[in-house]
Amino acid sequence: MNGYNFAYLDEQTKRMIRRAILKGVAIPGHQVPFGSREMPLPYGWGTGGIQVTASVLGASDVLKVIDQGADDTTNAVSIRAFFARTAGVQTTTHTGEATIIQTRHRVPEQTLSEGQILVYQVPQPEPLYTLESSRAETRRMHGLAEYGLMHVKLYEDIARFGHVSIAYSYPVMVNARYLMSPSPIPAFDNPKLNMMPALQLFGAGREKRIYAIPPYTAVRSLDFDDHPFRLTRAPHVCALCGSDNTYLDEVVTDDRGGRMFVCSDTDWCEQSRDRRQEAAE
Amino acid sequence: MTGRLLAARGLGLRFGAIAALDGVDGDLWPGEVLAIVGESGSGKTTLLNVLSGAMQPDRGIVTYTDPAGVDHDLHAMPAPQLRALHRSDWGFVRQDPRTALRMGVTAGGNVGERLMASGIRHYGDIRATALDWLQQVEIDPARIDDLPRTFSGGMLQRLQIARTLVTHPRLVFMDEPTGGLDVSVQARLLDLIRGLVARLGIAVVLVTHDIAVARLLAGRIMVMQRGQVVEAGLTDQVLDDPQHPYTQLLVSSVLQA
Amino acid sequence: MAYVAVKGGEQAIAHAHAWLAEQRRGDQAVPELGTDQIEQQLGRAVDRVMAEGSIYDRSLASLAIKQAQGDLVEAAFLLRAYRTTLPRFASSLPVETARMEVARRISAIYKDLPGGQVLGPTYDYTHRLLDFALAANGGATQAAPAMDFPAERLAPVSAILQAEGLIEGDGAPSRAADLTREPLAFPAARSTRLQALARGDEGFLLALGYSTQRGYGSTHPFVGEIRVGTVAVEIEPPELGFAIDIGDITVTECQMVTQFAGSKSEPPQFTRGYGLGFGHCERKAMAMSLVDRAMRAEELGEDCTAPAQDVEFVMYHCDNVEANGFVEHLKLPHYVDFQSELETVRRMRADAARAEAAE
Repeated sequence: MNGYNFAYLDEQTKRMIRRAILKGVAIPGHQVPFGSREMPLPYGWGTGGIQVTASVLGASDVLKVIDQGADDTTNAVSIRAFFARTAGVQTTTHTGEATIIQTRHRVPEQTLSEGQILVYQVPQPEPLYTLESSRAETRRMHGLAEYGLMHVKLYEDIARFGHVSIAYSYPVMVNARYLMSPSPIPAFDNPKLNMMPALQLFGAGREKRIYAIPPYTAVRSLDFDDHPFRLTRAPHVCALCGSDNTYLDEVVTDDRGGRMFVCSDTDWCEQSRDRRQEAAE
Repeated sequence: MTGRLLAARGLGLRFGAIAALDGVDGDLWPGEVLAIVGESGSGKTTLLNVLSGAMQPDRGIVTYTDPAGVDHDLHAMPAPQLRALHRSDWGFVRQDPRTALRMGVTAGGNVGERLMASGIRHYGDIRATALDWLQQVEIDPARIDDLPRTFSGGMLQRLQIARTLVTHPRLVFMDEPTGGLDVSVQARLLDLIRGLVARLGIAVVLVTHDIAVARLLAGRIMVMQRGQVVEAGLTDQVLDDPQHPYTQLLVSSVLQA
Repeated sequence: MAYVAVKGGEQAIAHAHAWLAEQRRGDQAVPELGTDQIEQQLGRAVDRVMAEGSIYDRSLASLAIKQAQGDLVEAAFLLRAYRTTLPRFASSLPVETARMEVARRISAIYKDLPGGQVLGPTYDYTHRLLDFALAANGGATQAAPAMDFPAERLAPVSAILQAEGLIEGDGAPSRAADLTREPLAFPAARSTRLQALARGDEGFLLALGYSTQRGYGSTHPFVGEIRVGTVAVEIEPPELGFAIDIGDITVTECQMVTQFAGSKSEPPQFTRGYGLGFGHCERKAMAMSLVDRAMRAEELGEDCTAPAQDVEFVMYHCDNVEANGFVEHLKLPHYVDFQSELETVRRMRADAARAEAAE
């Protein structure tokens, strides 16, 4: 685009962000402060993810952007258009074809492979923020690995509800050292982070933090020995493709309680429909 | 060092022109209760802060002996180690339980926090221990899932004690633990502390302005005035036969009251 | 199918933007607003957008106001997003407000002082009666009397107190950090705090400053001085080795004289709160100086109990571009997370129903 550098950010800024990313990769799960720039999209709308993507994006990359698992949600469309305009890179909706996938709130159903990068948009990088509001104090807690407080939260949930009631942003321990927020993905997606072959990068623009999970890193959802981490998903199959093990969106079809459940990952759903059709033919 | 928990030598600390600590020595042995008494401004709270590592002295050294018998210069210990010490081998009971408790967390969660911080990951065990401790501090176990804000002042203080003792620390610092409570509530709390400390063999450094509290709980006593220890010894001996005029004054003021 | 309707799509976005442009223009029969008109006639709006947009450019600010339909927070955001792409050639030397060419200077602590009270253009003492003559385009302006600007440079009021040693000094000069380049870390230096406040939302600072007056972190403030006027901006290119003047900007400065305090090393003296902003922004500069002073509570050995004294709280929440983005992001789809919550609530209700049935 006229008057702007490739992928919007100037090269100095990209280098600064890449240094933060490298530090994040070297210390998995540790939040690295970085000089987040103001972006032409509002804070909270993916500015951290966009800066990370812009910094790792090359001319030969193929970019996929999803929001809520779908390629055609408004914000995904807007961010994809942003990079198509400022970097002119090829875009795709197919998970397998993408070299970089920027996501908000989901991990794709399809297993990612080595060489792919998954960039998460993170509204709140601090997993302890509801328990301790001072960032000076939470930094100290991370530094000393003092995470008893997080378990107090889980304890309280079990005492009140019989089980942990955290449905999304479910905290994880990365490489048995740092407590990390996986961003507001549903807890259903948490196991996908563990030993993932792809590189996972997390960008929080407003809070000015970057963190990372290198490929094949152990990521464990917090739990108790006698209350192990459990997945929650709607007990239905996808009305479009018949998948029975994917995360489902609930769609209200009328005002008389009509419901239908469909895959939240639109690319997965289409491919699974294609596979079914091929099998039938 | 031979079995001591803490040894203080030549502690000095000044705030401007005021000497808060002036050449203070002292030892603490396992299982004993040591009371530090004096009027406000005598330096007793400063001494507690220095002994617990919260404050750095200008002069002198505090030596802490860990369970393995290894000596550490307390104020040279790295922050992580000191914080870990305060979560495990040591405890701190504050005058105002609201500053120590998590008021938005249930009684059970408050008692269980130190267990979870020390790595225990079995919910059932944590809960069973919390229930046991509520009983030990005479709180109805049915209150385990209640928030502290529904508790009375005396209950809050007992909850703080349960939360502190749950990891079986060898040493607990107490800063006016019965201050601000009604007399009848105080008596019950003192009884409870005395029983627990004796049964568990915990060493206590107790700061109080109340000679009666010291007499009831402490085996040994240090009387402080203007940053100096003016008299020290067995509690009964010191209080029954005070040698220093300041101690005599303190004791007589209690008798009058 | 209902399912498709849930998703957005490129066309829907394009339509939304077209409607926005049409709405912005309004009735075509009404002449279009020129950015020069905004610059000339909506000067206070331009000033606020420059301050919060953190760039001194009246014409860009006017454009932003036009593009944002007069939504000043949105306009500040437009300026910020533009500003971030600009190369940085140099950092200026500190501007010398003591050498300001003053258009307005008032002090509330001295009845008269060298140079006098200079009211300048102000809404103070106007009666807030709607002037229907303006609506009727009858705003034919009477020529204002020639302003009697003081010819000499006015010494800051703080200097009068300082001469007697009654007020704290300016402190040693230090290189200011730049929070647009470096992430915030705590404890934050006063220069960093002032930068955050200077860029901060006027409404937020006003409310916080007000709260200190109502007992939430009182500082017993007096307006030592407010001055509005132009100052020279100078840079010192390393290859030259001396300062060159690159232009004048209008700024508003407020020095609040506050509660005295003494310490081990300092005798009792008045302390200061400081406010400075682009353009004519008295309300902002005053609020800023109150909050600046409140945030020094810890440094001055006061209790930190009020929101305005909580440095982390103030600094993390004063930026309206950050705040606006994150509040408005709630408009984005959250149905994946909500679905998770739905399932959790359903499970909890099922558990509760089972437990009840079992009893």
